[in-house]
Amino acid sequence: MKRRAVQTAVALGTVTVLAGACSLSGGSGQTGPQTATVTLVTHNSWAAPQEVLDAFEKQSGIKISVLKQGDAGALTNKLVLTKASPLGDVAYGVDSTFASRALSEGIFEPYTSPEADRGPQRYAVDQEHRMSAVDVGDVCVNIDTGYFLAKGLPAPASYADLADPKYKDLMVAEDPATASPGLAFLLGTIAHFGEDGWQAYWKKLKANGLKVDSGWEEAYTKDFSGSSGKGPRPIVVSYASSPAAELGEDGKPRTKALLDTCYRQVEYAGVLAGGKQVERARKVVDFLLSQQFQVTVAANMYVYPARQGVDLPAGWAQAAPLPQQPAQLPADKVQAGREKWISEWRSLVGA
Amino acid sequence: MTPRAVLTARGTGLALLGVLPLAFLVVFFAWPVVAIVGRGFTAGGVGAVLGDAATWRLAGFTVASAAASTVLAVLAGLPVAYLLARVRLPGVGLVRTLVLVPFVLPTVVVGLAFRTIWPDGGVLSLVLANAFFNVAVVARTVGGLWSQVDTRAAEAARALGASPWRAFRSVTLPALAPAISSAAAVVFLFCATSFGVVLILGGARYRTLETEIYLRTVDLLDLSGAAALSLVQFAAVVAALVVGAIARRRRDGAARVRSGVDGARRPRGGEWWVVAAAVAVVGLLLTPIVSLLVASVSTPDGWSLAGFRALAGTGVRGTLQVTGWEAASNSLRAATDATLLAMTIGVLASVVLVALRRAPGRLARGMGETMDAALMLPLGVSAVTVGFGYLVTLDALPGDLRTSPLLVPLAQALVIIPLVVRMVLPVLRAVDVRLRQAAATLGASPGRVWREIDLPLTLRSLVAAAGFGYVVALGEFGATSFLARPDAPTLPVAIAGLLSRPGELNNQMAYAACALLMVVTVLAVVLIDRFGAVRGRSAVGEF
Repeated sequence: MKRRAVQTAVALGTVTVLAGACSLSGGSGQTGPQTATVTLVTHNSWAAPQEVLDAFEKQSGIKISVLKQGDAGALTNKLVLTKASPLGDVAYGVDSTFASRALSEGIFEPYTSPEADRGPQRYAVDQEHRMSAVDVGDVCVNIDTGYFLAKGLPAPASYADLADPKYKDLMVAEDPATASPGLAFLLGTIAHFGEDGWQAYWKKLKANGLKVDSGWEEAYTKDFSGSSGKGPRPIVVSYASSPAAELGEDGKPRTKALLDTCYRQVEYAGVLAGGKQVERARKVVDFLLSQQFQVTVAANMYVYPARQGVDLPAGWAQAAPLPQQPAQLPADKVQAGREKWISEWRSLVGA
Repeated sequence: MTPRAVLTARGTGLALLGVLPLAFLVVFFAWPVVAIVGRGFTAGGVGAVLGDAATWRLAGFTVASAAASTVLAVLAGLPVAYLLARVRLPGVGLVRTLVLVPFVLPTVVVGLAFRTIWPDGGVLSLVLANAFFNVAVVARTVGGLWSQVDTRAAEAARALGASPWRAFRSVTLPALAPAISSAAAVVFLFCATSFGVVLILGGARYRTLETEIYLRTVDLLDLSGAAALSLVQFAAVVAALVVGAIARRRRDGAARVRSGVDGARRPRGGEWWVVAAAVAVVGLLLTPIVSLLVASVSTPDGWSLAGFRALAGTGVRGTLQVTGWEAASNSLRAATDATLLAMTIGVLASVVLVALRRAPGRLARGMGETMDAALMLPLGVSAVTVGFGYLVTLDALPGDLRTSPLLVPLAQALVIIPLVVRMVLPVLRAVDVRLRQAAATLGASPGRVWREIDLPLTLRSLVAAAGFGYVVALGEFGATSFLARPDAPTLPVAIAGLLSRPGELNNQMAYAACALLMVVTVLAVVLIDRFGAVRGRSAVGEF
């Protein structure tokens, strides 16, 4: 009996200690009284060097607390749902595909950043400057250059090539309903072939053995032959910047983006309407557009800075130059057509 | 006290015990779900989606594929349950631990592993992958009861001339039925709401209610369409629960458990075939796991531990905000919180449920059955519905829980509670009422009866439930990915983050993180099983 009591005591003690030591409730860092915390709501791709964030905190007394909320679409939709009681003070990551919804739902309030005239203004979407462009990320078809060299096949270059029987069963793309590069590629074909012509093109792609995956992960890391997954297909829908991550031992890129198949996505930041610290939120927008932050976006998030005169990392000029003439559709047109196009695409290519 | 007063006092006590589970379910489940579905209804257009034939095809496919996976998981899980409960051979303890590993693997990783093994598997690979995740549910739930079923009845049947198969079919199987139907109900719910696997293996071709609800909510913000599909999903889940409840009621009280028995022994004769089947199942379960381990140490230039070394960092150019090790620590901490919470609520709920079932009168029993079903619902409702529901409701609570790190263990607990109830309830109910009555007659208070009779008899199941809950929390991805803050990702969330970036090192680090997740899981299971072995006097895990 006594032994049991001891065992019980030991067990209870262990549980208490474990519970105390393992709990999440303790140990969260407290910020000093002189720094204020501004919550930045963003997408899952957010990445920034801690040193740069720390430096900003030192200069401005603002600590940025990051809240990731899915991809650009999910982020926009969550901002819309919570506009009566916003999740944070600033949002970054709503892209040109979803810009119209963000604007018509009024989730941002007007703010013209003094930094915006250094380039971001080129991508302005509304008169009131509720959204400031932070970066551009183009979606392009990528190819495994080695594959075509080895097979003695000329590498494809254009939309038309991709439907050429020479390249049968070689391409993999993403479902526009579930993956944002998939949607961008679909929009690119709509911009290129027109609202009447894109369906015929996709029929040809399908007949040419196009494979469609749900996500970029499966398409790029499992089916594409140019990535670490060494899949079977040498043509994939990915980003203009992807080749920068696939450098061979000689430092030369093993893959290439086809610059005639690119669709431009611009990512915006803005001050959330109804936030409690508008002044500080504006400073965070300024920071996102500043040289200090812009110089980090390429290496950290695989996108191109919206600000002019910001150097790209070494090697990008050769591996992943910014496409010069990407396709783009006006935000309101995308907003009006998106759901219809996706459902037409699904009955055409999916199922 | 008059008998009537005693009854009322007991009723009050029960009601008090029941308040916490009920309040938790209402605040963290019912309210958010009703709020978000309600928004869909106010937007209108629900009827149109319900009238669409495509909706019903979707529902049909969801139910059929989930049912197929469930049957497969039960068939594969039973031999393993036998092995765990009845066989004394070297390595059985190891199997008990290993069988849980598939359960924690992030769906995206398993999906990719199945894609590697089977590039264009279609529906079959979908059904197999969902079964793969859930064999552990059957093996551990059924094995838990099996190890405590009185073997004397089966031995008597054998002595009277029944063949081993006949003795199993007419004595052991009925005794196991409550656990099997419990496990099957849980597995069905998991499969019917499975998301990542369907997305990866189903491609653009196969869709289920779950993936469609996700799509409509997250990508299209079509809340009315999502609400309509949620209703259909809800109806399917309730139907499955009702079928499960009817099956359980038919077998009511069939099992009789003994504490401290150890019916495990070396297999004899035909029993070796069952062992062989179990070994084959375990072998199949290990295949994707081994391929993951291989992937974590192989690079295009040969073997390398670069992925594991990278765990000390944050991925290529800060893909993550924390290191792999910190993510592991976050996982452990969140899972601890979630398990403690879920055990408290789940055990309280089970005690109340059993008391209601035993109480005289239809009303009490009806209440018991309703509450039983209600507790299972969190497994059958889409994580995205709950997550978006949180967004529109939880800001009303003090401290804006929507952005709090505490939301992760809360949401994980929501997933674990039904499992705790399903594992504890059958054993608690199988406790011989006469023992309790005898204790009460001898003057023991209800608390004392629980401590002296129920607790010792159910301890193994409690420990097993805690262990299983912990593992589920470690592997939980759906709700966690939705709620985890980037400065505190759990391992599965970190793995998904790493896989979503190009670059070989990120990929390798992701697989190394998977290996780490498996190791952490195995260690946690070993520790908890050990703890159970000490407390439960007879061994839960024999190492």
